[in-house]
Amino acid sequence: MSAPAAPSTTPAPAPAPAAPPVETMTVTVNGKTVQVPKTMPDWQGKPAPTTMLQAAKIAGVDIPHYCYHDKLPVAGNCRMCLVEFGTPMIGPDRKPVLNEDGTPKIAKSVLPYEPGTPRGAIACATPISPGMEIYANSKATQQMRESVLESLLINHPLDCPICDQAGECKLQEYSVQHGKAGSQFVEAKVHKPKAVDLGPRIVLDDERCILCTRCIRFTRDIAGDDALGIVNRGSYNTISAFKPGHFDNNYTLNTVDLCPVGALTSKDFRFKMRVWFLKETKSLCTSCGTGCNITIGSREGAIHRYEPRENDAVNGPWMCDSGRLNYRWVGRADRLKEVLRLSAGGTRERVSWNAALESAALILTQAPQGSVAFVVSGRQTNEELFLLKKLANHTGALTDAVARDGEPDRLLVSEDRNPNSNGVRLTGMAFTEFGFNLLKIADGIAQGRIKTLVVFGEDVTRAGIGADLLAKLDALIVSDILPNATTAAATLLLPGAAHAEKRGTFVNVKGRLQKFHKAVEAPGDARAEWEFLHGLVHSLTGQNGYRTIEGLFNQMAAEVPAFAGLEWARVGDTGVAVQI
Amino acid sequence: MSTKVVDRAPLTFYERTYLPTILGGLKVTAKHFADTVFKGKSVTMQYPEERWVVPEGYRGAPYLVKDQDGATKCVSCQLCEFVCPPKAIRITPPGAEGQPADRKNAEKMPREFEINMLRCIFCGMCQEVCPEEAIFLQKDYSITAENRESMIFNKEKLLKLGGTHAGIQKWKHKLEEAQAQESFPVDAH
Repeated sequence: MSAPAAPSTTPAPAPAPAAPPVETMTVTVNGKTVQVPKTMPDWQGKPAPTTMLQAAKIAGVDIPHYCYHDKLPVAGNCRMCLVEFGTPMIGPDRKPVLNEDGTPKIAKSVLPYEPGTPRGAIACATPISPGMEIYANSKATQQMRESVLESLLINHPLDCPICDQAGECKLQEYSVQHGKAGSQFVEAKVHKPKAVDLGPRIVLDDERCILCTRCIRFTRDIAGDDALGIVNRGSYNTISAFKPGHFDNNYTLNTVDLCPVGALTSKDFRFKMRVWFLKETKSLCTSCGTGCNITIGSREGAIHRYEPRENDAVNGPWMCDSGRLNYRWVGRADRLKEVLRLSAGGTRERVSWNAALESAALILTQAPQGSVAFVVSGRQTNEELFLLKKLANHTGALTDAVARDGEPDRLLVSEDRNPNSNGVRLTGMAFTEFGFNLLKIADGIAQGRIKTLVVFGEDVTRAGIGADLLAKLDALIVSDILPNATTAAATLLLPGAAHAEKRGTFVNVKGRLQKFHKAVEAPGDARAEWEFLHGLVHSLTGQNGYRTIEGLFNQMAAEVPAFAGLEWARVGDTGVAVQI
Repeated sequence: MSTKVVDRAPLTFYERTYLPTILGGLKVTAKHFADTVFKGKSVTMQYPEERWVVPEGYRGAPYLVKDQDGATKCVSCQLCEFVCPPKAIRITPPGAEGQPADRKNAEKMPREFEINMLRCIFCGMCQEVCPEEAIFLQKDYSITAENRESMIFNKEKLLKLGGTHAGIQKWKHKLEEAQAQESFPVDAH
């Protein structure tokens, strides 16, 4: 069947050495005619016939939906995306029927037994056909939406004041946009279990559930743990876990994001803060080398939650529970907050940043070539590593980083638990395998060749350089976030900032350079490492001390071959691929 | 711009004498003088021993109220904190491990609820936005303290000052409705 009267693009059944031309068809959404591909990627990325919902999206029209999610199999059960539509009329001669002006005549879809009543179709699961017209704002469509919402709200408890989803609830949003104020339902609502302990991180309120089955499909098809299902019949339909209390795979909290209503909520975020107070900052998860894109929700300097931020090149819309809940250390009370220097009397005194940096510059200038070593962390940003590399080059230092490995999984968790191991390699602070120079550094300290050790973000006593070796040093310059055995032995302690407290870039295990932004202020005197390192580099080398992260990044891009041609402003929210 | 010139009638001779108006004023003064001296009627009050009784609808200090069963009505939805124009309200939500709510199925009540009466402008937005009828502007208009800290009223103080407001008790009814459905067939009466 060919598109009637549509100026279709040349079909070109070419042998296609390069990308074959995309086959398109013409559809009309709210009167706007658009060319859409015949097939589009489904939830697994495989080509599937384009649906009305996808076509409408291309036309810039959002069709409301609950159960549909572009990364989950289509279920088509919520009926929210019902739209009125029409298709070109075909005459008995199998030719398109034309209007008087020559345009194809459109037959609106109607109920077969009641031709006066429009018959809608669910946009999420209905493939488009050539010449189809979708009426996403027509009166009939609006009435369908009103009725669907009224039906979904029949047994909904309307307990928004105590619901954590309030403020980011699709039921609230669509009720305002498409619903009607009143309900015809006067009977008693069906009551279902409330505050059900579904698993270690999830609470379920069955009354709020609209049975869209997003959570069931996610845990079955994405997480690979077929743990959830619907039990009971009719209006007693209830989401339930196969073993209640044991919905405990490492991806359960994604069901909280997926849940369009407040049925599934996070135990960690339960009753903690209303979402409309949260400032959202684009950032990265630092729990492993995958570098999942996240949004940090913070209020008045306190981080309340991490949420995944969609990036198809890295994490899609998901993230693991362990990474998502790994934020409390940022606000820990025992964070390093003071700049400390070992005085002549043997006690550590609080000094100003200027005094501390002067001391550091003096130590590093006076140290003979080869008597300095640097141990850095795969948790530092590229910019900080770049500045540290300058310091190391200036002092002819041995450098290395500490490997941090763990058990990978098949979805997102990487074996490399450092968020920026590739940044360490690309800036030249360590070889491909970390730990090679650590042995040499330990040996150098033991034999007295190395007298000054600079440690950034690692506890070297757990990486082969014990407290006995640290005691042999003349100077131990340490920058860290939380106290440990190395910070306790430091002769100069420079409190650093967590990733949520500064800006910078990481390179993930697959070589994607991504930037992150500042959500909260660092506590006390703690400062972003790049801020004081640029001053130190300036004191030592006399080179310009890039005062902004933008200038520093652009300078790094000019000097580090792997980042050649990059610019801070041009690294988008989802990052760019670099050669690793 | 269009201007309308209003005709001002010149004063008549009677008006220009001033005396009738002055006498009219003196009459009011004399009446109050007579009322005070001979009838004992006073138009001023001996504040602070005597206090003005505010009219219905007066917007005094906002306090939290309890329901007729003595339970805290506030569920810590933080809408008042959000809407408060001078940011006088500060609520500490209970979190997952906070004290359970007074009413079983309301699930939630604030861990702490503070109103800074120095910041409060008595606009009544908190009362208007409250979905639980838990905060009301009441009749207190004279709030004084010896220092700024004690002008921040905490939850305990606000509840004590607020008293009881008998409302529809929707949470209680929901619970009763749910309990009635627990047995099947549903009780005939």
